[in-house]
Amino acid sequence: MASSLDGSLLGMLDHPFMERAFLAGIAVALLCGVVGYLVVLRAQVFAADALSHVAFTGALGALAVGLDPRIGLFVATVGIGLLLAVLGPRGRADDVVIGTVFAWILGLGVLALSVYTASAAAASNGGAGVSILFGSIFGLGEGAARLTAAVAVVLLIIVLALVRPLIFASIDEAVAAARGVPVTALGVVFMAVLGATAAEATQAVGALLLLGLLAAPAGAALRWTKDPFAGVALSAALAVGSMVVGLAASYAAPSLPPSFTITVTASGIYALSFVLPRPVRRRVRRRRERRPGIQAATP
Amino acid sequence: MSDGDPVVRFARAAVTVAGRTVWSGVDVVVRPGEFVAVLGPNGGGKSTMIKAILGLIPLSAGTLTVLGGPPRARNSSIGYVPQRRSFDSEVRIRGVDLVRLGLTGARWGAPLPGARRFSARARAEAHRVEKVIELVGASRYAGRPIGELSGGEQQRLLIAEALAARPRLLLLDEPLESLDLPNQAAVAALVAKIGRAEDVAVVMVAHDINPILGYVDEVIYLAGGHAAEGPPHEVITDATLSQLYGTPVEVLATSTGRLVVVGATEEASYSDHRHHP
Amino acid sequence: MSVPAVGAATDPFQPAPGWDLLADVRELFTYAFMINAIEAGTVVAVLSAVIGWFMVLRRQSFTGHTIAVIGFPGAAGALVLGLSATVGFYAFAIAGALVIAAVRFDGRLGYRTESAVAGTIQAAALACGFWFSSLYGGFTGGASALLFGSFLGITAGQVQTLGVLAVIVLALIAMIGRPLLFASVDPSVAVARGVPVRALSVAFLLLLAVAAASAAQITGTLLVFALLVVPAATAQLLTARPVLGLGLGVAIGLAVTWTALVAAYYVPYPIGFFLTSTAFAAYLLAFLASRLRRRSRPAERAPTSDVVLEPVRS
Repeated sequence: MASSLDGSLLGMLDHPFMERAFLAGIAVALLCGVVGYLVVLRAQVFAADALSHVAFTGALGALAVGLDPRIGLFVATVGIGLLLAVLGPRGRADDVVIGTVFAWILGLGVLALSVYTASAAAASNGGAGVSILFGSIFGLGEGAARLTAAVAVVLLIIVLALVRPLIFASIDEAVAAARGVPVTALGVVFMAVLGATAAEATQAVGALLLLGLLAAPAGAALRWTKDPFAGVALSAALAVGSMVVGLAASYAAPSLPPSFTITVTASGIYALSFVLPRPVRRRVRRRRERRPGIQAATP
Repeated sequence: MSDGDPVVRFARAAVTVAGRTVWSGVDVVVRPGEFVAVLGPNGGGKSTMIKAILGLIPLSAGTLTVLGGPPRARNSSIGYVPQRRSFDSEVRIRGVDLVRLGLTGARWGAPLPGARRFSARARAEAHRVEKVIELVGASRYAGRPIGELSGGEQQRLLIAEALAARPRLLLLDEPLESLDLPNQAAVAALVAKIGRAEDVAVVMVAHDINPILGYVDEVIYLAGGHAAEGPPHEVITDATLSQLYGTPVEVLATSTGRLVVVGATEEASYSDHRHHP
Repeated sequence: MSVPAVGAATDPFQPAPGWDLLADVRELFTYAFMINAIEAGTVVAVLSAVIGWFMVLRRQSFTGHTIAVIGFPGAAGALVLGLSATVGFYAFAIAGALVIAAVRFDGRLGYRTESAVAGTIQAAALACGFWFSSLYGGFTGGASALLFGSFLGITAGQVQTLGVLAVIVLALIAMIGRPLLFASVDPSVAVARGVPVRALSVAFLLLLAVAAASAAQITGTLLVFALLVVPAATAQLLTARPVLGLGLGVAIGLAVTWTALVAAYYVPYPIGFFLTSTAFAAYLLAFLASRLRRRSRPAERAPTSDVVLEPVRS
């Protein structure tokens, strides 16, 4: 360990594995921040939770039959995402039905895990189960990191192109539909993107923890600003911040796994948002109340 | 408490909620067997009055006597039908179970299967539940999950739940609100019939006097922070209401006998009917 | 030992079912670990079904899952500190229940905030548990069992603890059953009648924590749904009668658990998979049955408005 924290952190990016982690991590965090805000706004956190189970089972299922886990990962998450969209906004209606189905899906994943662990392939890559559950961002190869970042950027472009009608449809579906916004089609596209986002996040922080990266920065942003567009930006910034801090912390203290530090940072920020009020708003309001041209003393 | 004593007596009563005085200087009496309607604009404090009678909201001034004692003390003799939207269709409880809860739900313990065969009390309770369901005319569908029933059917079972323990006072907070007109008329008639048959005093909050005009003995009108009490034809008049509201108010009668209050300003609706668990 | 039947594996550690059921069952019971597993499973099934019945009625299935997940870092942390995982499970689950009770997720914060908070709590708890288990021995060191369940390592001590806790919880439910039902179904009226609704809510959350931590010892923290929610939900699909529903839930829970344990003994796949699959199958069957029943009763679906009009005095 270097003598000072600054010294050790500055050397961080000299290591290729850190470079790759930052590349993939920041891209994924940006995506999760934006998509996560929309997920919370649309009250679809349960769907993200369900997709995290699907991600686990899809990836391990692919491994169990000898395929690249990412194939199973994306096929399963995007597929189930579309299915959820098609089944309609049954959303809050029955937590029990949803929970039952996705507990079963998780059970299938456990089966796939045991099948894979017992197979010969596992002898050479025993950690696959853990990486899928809890991420392995420091273990990304050059190609994998670039691919992850590229996919994240593509998804980000899609979402940002649709962000205005998406926000409109999320806040007031009926009015948006009346104004000609294709609410149903948007819903389907969004669920597909959410599925792919879950798949991306699985590679960074793992299936079990991706909900944190989607919900926590978004939750904090929602508490700190009521303007949805500012909220999207803030959520993305908080997610990236959590990723950067988490990666650096894990580098500085290797006994802390990166997905742990990232998740805890994001959760901590959300917890902070319950304690700290909305400072930006108050200042803005006070400024508006002062008459123009008068220099008020700073309080 | 002798038979002639009032069931509810407010004397110079006032209630303050969240710093705002809802009403003050209220002198109001409900006598045994009376059917009393509580009327007034939104935010006028009608639900607040019901909650005060139940002891859920304390008075900030004056006194309140309920069934001869302080508020809350005699609540086991009060049947309460709170203001509510209809039951979630997912709720899996039968009407008859809900009514039975009205009779036994506040007692500790848990019902044992087969109790009826061995306990005379359990048999008597089952009999009472059956009778009160018959009284409200819900026998045909009381065995079905309550979430599957229509608004009018649910309301009857909720009234049965309130009646199961043989209360001396029945409080209903806007029971007709989400019902269609035929059901409003039916439920209003039912409540009046029950009041007479079981000798129960009825206090019903309504935002429209007309469905119950034919049954009501007394009206308590809450507006402008004060109350006026008396028979309907004395209270729902231009003079009384104008004085209450503090602005000119007209009461018009249609050709069919319906009353319409014109000119009253609706105060900002403030919701005080959240659950207080 | 029973005579291996035709087609049975020759590996003595890979038991294979023969055609003589009685002999198979007797074989099961010759192993101490199986006896412990079945005893523990029985206790857990009964406890979970009873608590789960109230949980489903109160729409608190997700809360139960969250409390179980909060137990995971407790168990993993306990292992790091050299304590028993079971103790850590219960401690964190109960603490989590108290926090949830204090914050009062009763709709005031709004659905969006509540689900964001629940999701964050789950992720944070799993992250901490992951770190603790990486300190202790990693995934193979036992985290997998904590997350996904196991039936191979259940000790007689565990069975005793489960039994005692179950008796206490069930006795408490027997004492508060009626007011709890009242408070769950009609809180406004219950409050007016003097039922201590708020205190009962807190008490129930604590009982729920004990049930969730108990179930997690067999199902693993991520799959408690299979025993805590599904049997009770299945029962409620089939009947709305309280006493019958409770009994049915217990019966279904026992059937699911025993089937899963026996299957896991003979087929070398994880217990978590068998539990979720049998539970899901039971739920699916009940779901189809209730749909069929509803369709065969069209007349009752359309409510008639029984109108009794009396003349209005003017």
